[in-house]
Amino acid sequence: MNFDDVAIIDTDVLVIGGGTAGPMAAVTVKERHPDLDVTLLEKANVKRSGAISMGMDGLNNAIVPGHATPEQYVREITIANDGIVHQPALMAYAQRSYPMIEKLDSWGVHFQKDETGDYDMKKVHHLGTYVLPMPEGHNVKKILYRRLRRHRIKVENRYQATRLLKDTKGNISGMIGINTRTAEPIIIRAKAVVMATGAAGRIGLPHSGYLFGTYENPANSGDGHAMAYHAGADLANLECYQVNPLLKDYNGPACAYVTGPLGGFTSNAFGERFIECDYWSGQMMLEFFKELESGKGPVFLKLDHLAEETIQEIETILHTNERPSRGRFHDGRHVDYRKRMVEMHISEIGFCSGHSASGVWVDETGATTVPGLYAAGDMASVPHNYMLGAFVYGQICGESAADFAQQRGQFELDKNLIEEELVRLRAPLQRADGIPPEQMEYKVRRLVNDYLQPPKVTRRMEIGLERILSVRDDLPLLKAGDAHELMRAMEVHSIVDCAEMAARASLYRTESRWGLYHYRVDFPETDEQQWFCHSRLYKDESGGMASGTRPIAPYIVSLGEEKDAYNQLRVKKAANA
Amino acid sequence: MPIANHHSAVPVTVDADKCIADKGCTVCIDVCPLDVLWIDESTGKAHMKYDECWYCMPCEADCPTDAVTVNIPYLLR
Repeated sequence: MNFDDVAIIDTDVLVIGGGTAGPMAAVTVKERHPDLDVTLLEKANVKRSGAISMGMDGLNNAIVPGHATPEQYVREITIANDGIVHQPALMAYAQRSYPMIEKLDSWGVHFQKDETGDYDMKKVHHLGTYVLPMPEGHNVKKILYRRLRRHRIKVENRYQATRLLKDTKGNISGMIGINTRTAEPIIIRAKAVVMATGAAGRIGLPHSGYLFGTYENPANSGDGHAMAYHAGADLANLECYQVNPLLKDYNGPACAYVTGPLGGFTSNAFGERFIECDYWSGQMMLEFFKELESGKGPVFLKLDHLAEETIQEIETILHTNERPSRGRFHDGRHVDYRKRMVEMHISEIGFCSGHSASGVWVDETGATTVPGLYAAGDMASVPHNYMLGAFVYGQICGESAADFAQQRGQFELDKNLIEEELVRLRAPLQRADGIPPEQMEYKVRRLVNDYLQPPKVTRRMEIGLERILSVRDDLPLLKAGDAHELMRAMEVHSIVDCAEMAARASLYRTESRWGLYHYRVDFPETDEQQWFCHSRLYKDESGGMASGTRPIAPYIVSLGEEKDAYNQLRVKKAANA
Repeated sequence: MPIANHHSAVPVTVDADKCIADKGCTVCIDVCPLDVLWIDESTGKAHMKYDECWYCMPCEADCPTDAVTVNIPYLLR
């Protein structure tokens, strides 16, 4: 099959990924320029796709007037992220955070309110108050779906984008991919593209050994990171991994920060509190990791001291939203919050700006470094963005992409790129035998765990990189028996790309930063002289993976005397000792 | 390189008596983010074809006849 055999679909703005940011981007394009044609492409089905398929139990980063200001938020996230942030992008989020809450509220998303009707804000972060519970947050996806229908947005479900297309001048001009049920190729030509493909959540292997038991929705396999890289976009700070505190063997967050306002906390084996703040940060994770590995480990979620009605409230929140199979997991092991503490552990690594800071580089307009390409949500580089950040940057990218599409003239697709990709897409189905995707995936993810997981050691990572590159050499051996396996095979390509990125980015930054996320045992100090900068990862002219630096834009909010607050998370003496 | 079959016990079960996939229902199949639920050609009912489950539960929650049960995968139990 070649270029002339594939029908080309035309649209003005293409949105890739129908989880959280994607639907918001698509709706925003229509709100801004109703005459533009929008197509939303989704690997699964927009009804239940992405990180919030079963909803969300709260906003982690709501900046509500009377409780916090955008300046306070920008300062806290800058500190929590050890200074390596693009403050204009954080500020753009912070200023739009409240209008977005009001928009979602008007769409029917319910946020918790107090007896006076104000948003019922909770303090979970080290310094400020930004958490807004959503006890009825299970219906977010249904509400988004209604909006897509209302704006008559064209939705293409069960299509996996595999490469971005360019025109003859190098502007992004659409995508090529496959139908995940028929393996038929699809080409969409677009004047602007918004990517919202989520985290790269399938790089590491969960401790359970179950390939799909990842913290992130495993459909988020890093396809967007790989596509952006191959299209020439910069990725930023990939060595700032996502590593989260989870229940042991179960991939849901233990949610000490949900239970915190109700009296629950993260504890060591002796029931002692050891961190002052349960908000997820690299520094918090480092203290978690130290306790886990110490004689006081492992680490637990402690709720057994709470009153019956409080525990019932916690069960209702944690067992009906976000990861509702959690109650079933506990039942299977006869775990009762009333009777004993629940064992916790750390997750596999991933790239997810929602919780950490790594991803495809974007500025405050959502623009990547390639003209015509925008990125939002967990895959883009705005740190600690969570669900509300995905909505806000979905909106920002929708506006930017709509404007770009409106003023773009005629262009011609680069056919060579398409021909090359059609060959890659066909290969796994054409082989008579070879390596099944599952086997190759297991191998590369096991290597990531063995060699790239922090604490990071230079020589170990060098060996890991060598071994990952040898799996890369095996990619042409991938064999797919059907369309479903072809999707998995193309995901393995993305996973290998992301694994190599994780190794190279981690080796490049020769210091320690972000607590556990980039804890290099042989470079244990933070080096502000040399490394107060973003790291870049990009494809160079020879097609190789290259690294570089990007200066930090001048701060628009100064850090003041709280600048070291996140380096003092350990409880000086156990609070209940 | 020859390929062997390997078996695994899957987490999602479908009660064939309750399932109405043979009458045209595809709700669980549509909502699965990993596309692992398919129609069994021999029975016309939904079943889990690939052991690639996030135990996220839309299939169970959205099933109009309560035919679907999501269990925790054995490796995690």
